[in-house]
Amino acid sequence: MYSFDFEKPSTIADAVAALGAEDAQALGGGQTLIPTLKQRLAAPSKLVSMSGIAEMQGVCAEDDGSVSIGGATTHATVALDTAATYPALAALAGQIGDPAVRNRGTIGGSVANNDPAACYPAGVLGSGATIVTNARQIAADAFFEGMFTTALDEGEIITSIRFPVPQAASYQKFLQPASRFALVGVYLARFADGVRVAVTGASEDGVFRWSEAEEALDKEFRPDALMGLRINPANMIADLHGSKEYRAHLVSVMTKRAIEACM
Amino acid sequence: MKISMTVNGKAVSGDVEGRTLLSGFLREHLSLTGTHVGCDTAQCGACVVHVNGEAVKSCNMLAAEADGADVGTIEGQANADGSLNVIQQAFQDHHGLQCGFCTPGMVMSAAALLKENPRPTEAEIRKYLEGNLCRCTGYHNIVKAIMAASGQDVSSIAAE
Amino acid sequence: MPKDSGIGASSKRREDVRFLTGAGNYTDDINVHGQAYVHFLRSDIAHGRIKSIDTSTAEAMPGVVKVFTGKDFEGVGGMPCGWEVTDKHGAPMQEPPHPILAQGKVRHVGDPIAAVVADSLEQARDAAEAIDLDIEELPAVIDMKAAAQDGATLVHDDLKNNICYDWQLGETDDAKVDEVFANAAHVTTLDLVNNRLVANPMEPRVAVGEYKRGTDEYTLYTTSQNPHVIRLLMCAFVLGLPEHKVRVVAPDVGGGFGTKIFHYAEEAFCTFAAKACGRPVKWTSSRSEAFMSDAHGRDHVSKIELALDADNNFIGLRTNTFANLGAYLSTFSSSVPTWLHGTLMAGNYKTPVIQVNVKAMFTNTVPVDAYRGAGRPEATFQLERVVDKAARELGVDPIALRRQNFVTQFPYDTPVALTYDTGDYNGTMDKLEAAADLAGFAARRTQSEAKGKLRGLGINCYIEACGIAPSNIVGMLGARAGLYDAATVRVNATGSISVMVGAHSHGQGHETAFPQVVADMIGIDESLVEIVHGDTSKIPFGMGTYGSRSLAVCGSAMVKATEKVIEKAKKIAAHLLEASEADIELKDGQFSVAGTDKSVAWGDVTLTAYVPHNFPLEVEPGLEETAFYDPANFTFPAGAYACEVEVDPDTGQVSIEKFTAADDFGNIINPMIVDGQVHGGIGQGIGQALLENCAYDANGQLLSASYMDYAMPRADDVPFYGVDHSSQTPCTHNPLGVKGCGEAGAIGSPPAVVNAVLDALNSGGKAVDHIDMPMSPSRVWSAMNS
Repeated sequence: MYSFDFEKPSTIADAVAALGAEDAQALGGGQTLIPTLKQRLAAPSKLVSMSGIAEMQGVCAEDDGSVSIGGATTHATVALDTAATYPALAALAGQIGDPAVRNRGTIGGSVANNDPAACYPAGVLGSGATIVTNARQIAADAFFEGMFTTALDEGEIITSIRFPVPQAASYQKFLQPASRFALVGVYLARFADGVRVAVTGASEDGVFRWSEAEEALDKEFRPDALMGLRINPANMIADLHGSKEYRAHLVSVMTKRAIEACM
Repeated sequence: MKISMTVNGKAVSGDVEGRTLLSGFLREHLSLTGTHVGCDTAQCGACVVHVNGEAVKSCNMLAAEADGADVGTIEGQANADGSLNVIQQAFQDHHGLQCGFCTPGMVMSAAALLKENPRPTEAEIRKYLEGNLCRCTGYHNIVKAIMAASGQDVSSIAAE
Repeated sequence: MPKDSGIGASSKRREDVRFLTGAGNYTDDINVHGQAYVHFLRSDIAHGRIKSIDTSTAEAMPGVVKVFTGKDFEGVGGMPCGWEVTDKHGAPMQEPPHPILAQGKVRHVGDPIAAVVADSLEQARDAAEAIDLDIEELPAVIDMKAAAQDGATLVHDDLKNNICYDWQLGETDDAKVDEVFANAAHVTTLDLVNNRLVANPMEPRVAVGEYKRGTDEYTLYTTSQNPHVIRLLMCAFVLGLPEHKVRVVAPDVGGGFGTKIFHYAEEAFCTFAAKACGRPVKWTSSRSEAFMSDAHGRDHVSKIELALDADNNFIGLRTNTFANLGAYLSTFSSSVPTWLHGTLMAGNYKTPVIQVNVKAMFTNTVPVDAYRGAGRPEATFQLERVVDKAARELGVDPIALRRQNFVTQFPYDTPVALTYDTGDYNGTMDKLEAAADLAGFAARRTQSEAKGKLRGLGINCYIEACGIAPSNIVGMLGARAGLYDAATVRVNATGSISVMVGAHSHGQGHETAFPQVVADMIGIDESLVEIVHGDTSKIPFGMGTYGSRSLAVCGSAMVKATEKVIEKAKKIAAHLLEASEADIELKDGQFSVAGTDKSVAWGDVTLTAYVPHNFPLEVEPGLEETAFYDPANFTFPAGAYACEVEVDPDTGQVSIEKFTAADDFGNIINPMIVDGQVHGGIGQGIGQALLENCAYDANGQLLSASYMDYAMPRADDVPFYGVDHSSQTPCTHNPLGVKGCGEAGAIGSPPAVVNAVLDALNSGGKAVDHIDMPMSPSRVWSAMNS
C-alpha cells in the first residue's frame, strides 16, 4: 500500500470536511478497498473512515413502511436486522462474501463501489430504493451508471439507503466459483404497482433492469411468463467462469427461480 | 499515529501508520504470530481474529480501525490453565489440522460460529467456513471437529 | 481392536498443540535482527527482450539498501534442473539457463527482473516502481502445439526449438503398435487436457537469508519440503558455497504439495544478498506473487488410444502428450511427464503393448513441476477416462471391464519399466463396492431424479509408484540426485530418544507417527521419542518429503537405525545380565534373558551406555546410530474410488453427493493420519475436477492470478468422504511393509468425478463423451447444450 493518512470522524459533517482534502477517499468496511490498496491500484492521500459515524449506523423501519439502512451498516447487521422487515434483502446481505467479510463490509461502501458482480446493487435497483447522501436523494434508477460508476460526486457520502418493502421479493445468486461474487444474481421485487427485476454479475454495463421480464411479469406473475423471453447475450460478460451465452441463460434461470420463490 | 486496544485481555498500544493492517500490528508490533496471512484478497481466512467479539479478517482491516477495540487472537483461546479449549481440543481429537497454517483462522471462525449457533448442522458449518480455506484436510475433519466441539455425536461420520 | 499406542494406533498429533495455540514457528514468523526486505520487480509481460534497466533513481530512494539486476549475477550459477531426460533419439534434453534475475529476456509474467532491498517492504516497493525498464515485447509462446511447429517463436534463443525433449517409453516399434490397433476389435480414442493447477499451500513462500561475517557462515530460513536438497543445489550449482558453511532451516512449513520441493531463485537471492548487503534479507511472497512465481502443476494435452479384442481384453495402449514445462526447467520438472508419468500408463491393467510419447515444451508461462501426484494423476486421468469411455461405447459395466483386465499375478513386470511387487486390485474393488454401497446407487439416482437432478456414478482405479528408487536405477534414468534417505537415532542417557530424520513434516504428522514406530520397536512410551527435522545443522542428511516417500524411505532408515541401536543395547544388556547376547530379548522396554526372570530396563541400559562403569570393553560407549536407506524398488499403493454427483440440468452445476475411497497402502502406522491424507488428496482432486483452472490468455497474461479467479475448493464444495484402507498387501521390500498415502487421493479422485458427471449426463439422455476439467457449471452446461 502507498502511504496515506487516516481519519475517523464522528459526524457526517466532519466526514464531508475531511473528504474535501485532495485525493481523500471514504473508507467503508474496506473489504474491497483494502485489497485494491494492497495491489497499489489506488493511491489516496487520506482514508476517511465511516465507521465512527453513529448517525450512519443501523436499520430503522420508517413510518411509510420503508426500511432505512445507514450507509455504514455492515452486511451482518443488515442480514440480522432486516430479517423480519425485509427478508429478501436480509437474505441478500447474508450471502455477500463470508461471515468475516460481512462483519466489516458496509452497504454504503458496496453500493458506492458498484462492482458489476456485487449483490447490493441488484437489491437496491430491484427494490427501487433511494440513495440518500449528505447532499441529496438519488433514485436507484438514476444512481448506477455502469461498471464501478455511480452518480455520486467526489466526496459525496452515502449516508443511508431507503428501501420500499415489496409484497414479495427474492434474490437468486449463482456463485462465481472462485470469488463467490455473483456470476449472475437476480433480485426480483413484486410491488402493488409492478414487478422490478434487477440483474447483477451478468452485464458489461453493471447492474441493470430486465425490463422485458418486468413487463411480462406485470401481465402475468408466473414462471411461465418468461417463456420465449431471452436476454441478448451481446452485452453479457464473458470470462473464465462463463460465456456470454451462459450468463444470458443463467439470467433466465435465476429469474424463474426468483419468481417461484415469490409465489 | 498512536493506537491502543485490548488484545486477549491485555491493554496494548503502539505507533502505527495509517496503512498498517491489524494483522501487521498483531504480528509485527505485538509478536503475536499465530495470526497468519495467506492471501491478499480477503479470501483465505488464515488471519481471522475477533474484534469486539466478531470474526473479522485482520489482513483486511486497518489497525487504526481497531483503536479502542477488544481483540481476540488464537494466542488467547486456550483455557486459563493453558489447556486446549473445547474447539481446540476437538480439532486435535478429530485431526482437524495438518500443516496448521489455516488453523488459527479456522479455530477463530469456529468460535464465532458456535457463539451465534451453538449446534450447527453439517451444512451450516460448511457454509459458515466459506471464508476459510484449508488446502490439507479436504475439510472433512474440520467440519467433524466443529460438530464435536458443539457437543454433537460424530461417531457415525466415516473415518477417524 | 484398535491399538492405543505404537504401530497401528491413531495417536493424536502432538504437533497440533502448538498449531492450535498460535505457537507454531513458520518462516514468516522469523525475524532476524537488522533484517532488510526485498521486493522483486517482476515482468508484467510474458516475453520480451530487455534493452535497458536504469536503477539510478531507485537507488537514491529512501531506505534503499541496494538494487540488484541480472548483471549482479553474471558470475553466479543458474537454478539447476535435477533430472536429465534423454530423448527417444538418445540425445540429452535441451537445458537452457535459468538465471536468478532475468538476463537478456523476460520469459513469463512474474519473471524477476530486479530486486530492491530496503529497510521496509513498502520502501522496496516504492523504489521498484522507480526502476526504468525498456523491454521490447516479443510474441508470447503459449499454445504447446503451436510452440512445437517449425519456425515458432523461440522462448530460448539459443535452443534449436521449443521442445525440451521428445521422449518415448514402452514399445519402440511403431509398426508393432500400429498392428495391434489394426487388429483390434474395438478402439477407443480420447483427446483430453489435464488442467494446469497452482498448488496453493496456504502458507506462501518465504526466505530469510543471514550471513555472519565473523565466521563466514550463512543461514537460510525457507519454506521448503527438503532443506538438505536446497542446501546442496544452492551451494553446489548456484552460489558456489561450501556446504559446511551453509545452514538451511525449514521450520514449520504450511503445506507444500510439491511446490516447496524446488530450489527457487528467491532462496538463492536472499542468501547471496545477505552477504552483499551486510544485512539479513527477508522475502515474503504475497499470494498474488505466489501465483506467478510458485511452480505450477499438471498442464498436459494428450491423445490416448485403447485397443480391445473381441472379448474386451485390453491389447494395446498408445498415448501422445504435450507437457508444458513453462519458461524454465524447475528442479524436478523434466522427470514429471516422463518417469513419473509414462511409467504409470499400465495402471492396474495387464495391457501387453503400451507406447507412451511425450513432447515437453517450453512456453512463456511460469515453470511447471511436481504437484501432489506429479505425473501419476496425469497418467491415471488419461487411462481411466479412456477405460470409462470404452465401457460406455461397448455397453459394458465399467467395473466389470476393469476387473476383467486387472493384473492379478505378482510380481508383475509392466511394459513401461516397472515391477509391481504386490497388490490385490479385485480385493480392493470388493472393499469399494461394499463401502460405497454401490448396490444402493439406483435408489439414490431415483431420489435425485425426483428432485429434478441428474445423478451419476463414476468409478476409478489407480496405481501409483511412491518412494522413487533405487538410486542406481534412477541415476541411469537421468536423476542427478540419489533418492535414499537417512535417520539418526540418538538415545539419551535417561532413555529418551531424539530421532533426526531427513524427511520433512509440513502437515504429514511425522512428529507423531515416526515416534510410534520407534517406541513400538523398543516397547517404550511414544512420548519418550522426539523427531527432529527441517534443519541441516541438526540432521545427518535427507532428501526430504515428496512423492509419498517419507515413511517408506526415511521411515525405513529410521527402522534400520533403531535396529542398530537395539543390537548395541542388547550387547550392553547381555553384559549387565551376564548372559549371552543371543539370549537377550527386548519386550515392553525390558531386556530379559530368554527362559529366565532376569531382566534390565531400557533406561538402565541407556544410562549404562553413557555411564559405562560396568560395561563391555569391546563396545563403544554411547548409544547413537545412523542409517541410510536406499529402497530396492518403488512402492505401489493402489485403490478404487467411487464418486456420486448430482448435476443441475438448468445450470450445469455439479455437486459431489458421495465420495468413497478404498485404498491399499500396505501396513499402516497411524490410521487417523492416513485418513486425513486421503481426505486432503480427495479435496484437491475434486478441486482439479470441478474448480481449479490456471489459465493464460494468448498474450501470456495469467487470467487466474488470485483467489478472485482461481477457484479453491471450500468446505461447502465437498462432502464427508468415506475412506476404507482395510485392503492391505504390505510392501514386500521395506521393513515396515508400508507404501505411502500422501498423493493417492489426488491421483484417484479426478477421473472418478469426471466419470460420474458423464454418467449423470448420459443417464439424462445427453450423449456427452468428455468434458475437460475443471467441469465448471459453464462447461457442463455448454456440453449439455451443444
